[in-house]
Amino acid sequence: MKSGSEQAPTLLPKSSLQRLIDLLQARGHRVVAPTLRDGAVMWDTIRQVSDLPIGWRDEQEPGRYRLENTGSARIFGIVHGPQSLKPLTFASREPLLQIERTKKGFVAHPTLPSQEKVAVLGARACDLAGLAVQDHIFLKDAYRDPYYEVRRAGLFVIAVNCTRALATCFCASMDTGPRASAAFDLALTELDEVFLVEAGSAVGQEIVSELSLAPASTTQEREADQQIEACAGSQVRRLDRSHLPQALYDAHEHPRWDDVAARCLACGNCTMVCPTCFCHAVEETPDLTHQRAEHTRLWDSCFTQDHGYIHGKNIRPTIKDRYRMWLTHKLASWIDQFGSSGCVGCGRCITWCPVGIDLTEELPALLKPLTQAKGKPGQA
Amino acid sequence: MTPFSQAIAQTAANPYLIQPATIVEKIREAEDIDTYRLRFVDEQVRRSYRFAAGQLNMVYLFGVGEVAISIVSDPDEPESLDHTVRAVGRVTKAIAQLQPGDELGIRGPFGQGWPLDEARGKEVVIVTGGLGCAPVVGAIEYIFRRRNQYGAVKILHGVKTPHDLLYRERFDAWRRQPDTEVLLTSDQPDKTWHYHVGVVTELFEQVSMDPAKSIVLMCGPEIMMRLGVPILMRRGMSATAIYVSLERHMECGIGLCGHCQMGPYFLCKDGPVMRYDRVAPWLGKVGV
Repeated sequence: MKSGSEQAPTLLPKSSLQRLIDLLQARGHRVVAPTLRDGAVMWDTIRQVSDLPIGWRDEQEPGRYRLENTGSARIFGIVHGPQSLKPLTFASREPLLQIERTKKGFVAHPTLPSQEKVAVLGARACDLAGLAVQDHIFLKDAYRDPYYEVRRAGLFVIAVNCTRALATCFCASMDTGPRASAAFDLALTELDEVFLVEAGSAVGQEIVSELSLAPASTTQEREADQQIEACAGSQVRRLDRSHLPQALYDAHEHPRWDDVAARCLACGNCTMVCPTCFCHAVEETPDLTHQRAEHTRLWDSCFTQDHGYIHGKNIRPTIKDRYRMWLTHKLASWIDQFGSSGCVGCGRCITWCPVGIDLTEELPALLKPLTQAKGKPGQA
Repeated sequence: MTPFSQAIAQTAANPYLIQPATIVEKIREAEDIDTYRLRFVDEQVRRSYRFAAGQLNMVYLFGVGEVAISIVSDPDEPESLDHTVRAVGRVTKAIAQLQPGDELGIRGPFGQGWPLDEARGKEVVIVTGGLGCAPVVGAIEYIFRRRNQYGAVKILHGVKTPHDLLYRERFDAWRRQPDTEVLLTSDQPDKTWHYHVGVVTELFEQVSMDPAKSIVLMCGPEIMMRLGVPILMRRGMSATAIYVSLERHMECGIGLCGHCQMGPYFLCKDGPVMRYDRVAPWLGKVGV
């Protein structure tokens, strides 16, 4: 896959979206899209357009998520649910090895996931950016992770460019959206009657050809561009990265950490919804007969007690230590580690924080000079 | 098929795969510390396995899990693998129950070892505390196998009590090497102790050191490094000639699980041996 496309966008009438779904299924893909389940938005298998949450939209604020049915014909009116694409490639629970006990020892068998073609419909630009960050970590760093690799290889990505920003969105300031710029196979922009379709890969182009879509008019192209630009312009949050990573490293002793620690519950929600957080634990679970064990990787969070534990000592015993670890990693040390920010501006950590801690508010507070901050404890 | 799926077919290596290894010998070092001499069960694995002094393995016990342990043995004899383990946590306490003939699992080696190429031609000052002497044993053996390639060797080792002194025979053997000094200290000695009394940094005063020609390898509690390095630097040692081996919780060994981070570093991958000037901004910072 490559990002963007030189090909002129084509038109998919909204009434023809089912043709795209059918074609993907005919090509062997399980189509996964945002669906409504128990009042929440989940990635799930869909078969027809009516499985999509048509007419629904989400409103997100710090610590607040609400869905409402507007009765409109908008198919992708929901910007995003709690999960990015992350669980599709970095599984929250991934069996690594099946280990059988032998007379004296054991034999370990890798349990790679089965190769499945999954076409994800409705990925947002921030999700693609998160996927690109995780691709770097799991596939392009010192070691290749074969489990991630299998899942990633089967992923076909259909992005939907954002034309509406949430109050929590700040992708424009992170240069990750609202237009899909990281790798995708197809990108759609939803207008009133039609989708504009861009191919971002050879396979994406094949699909456009098979659907024999008509080219979009320059008026339609301009309309799509304007809506995406308006979406960027409407974002109320932003994150200024200009002094990172060093400024945050230098802020290690800043009193604001005490302030945010007093609010943080160390619940780990921010890490569970983050598209890029990759910390995991490895668990060994023997069966009742103690003849077989499953060696499993599970999402972990730097907010847990165990994360910084080493023989009798906890490196990060306080919530202050853990919030500082998370934010400093996300916004600063990530840059040194992987050459990019660990934040893609999706705003999920703001929405799903039970107490509404907002990193776009915390960062500037932490970067305020110490002397000023000391004078006003709690509101630095 | 995407390029990724073609790559999968070619990627036989699975960094999570655990190789069985038999405990050939279990050597009691102290009350709760044993050295396990291991031999890979699979002949091909045994023959192809190579490591550098200072690297670590993930050591596995069936039904219990894995733990990161540094390799103690001589890198020139990679078919025999020693790990000195203190029974202190869930996994290590279970390992302590094992006997010769039992099997452990090994994944590795991981991480960066001691800078033995850079040390060539220099005087090597080795400063360790407690169980921190384990990760440098391989480096010392490596140097003594190539004795004429290195300058004077000074081994300074501190323990809390005489009971905590491991590898007595090794220290005695090293003492007999040409151009080598071995200085031991205990800060809670008993009547049997006939070496220095105090902490390891006090031993700095007992050795001559030419800062321009020396390299320092340090391993032990972080407090030892935090207090020791400034003394060495006051004596003219450059921060770029001091190497420290650091320890954090590790679950994967391959820089993915996130637990062993110290500032921008993953100690399993970028360490455990780090040049001091690179970690100086992080060492001793609360919560790092």
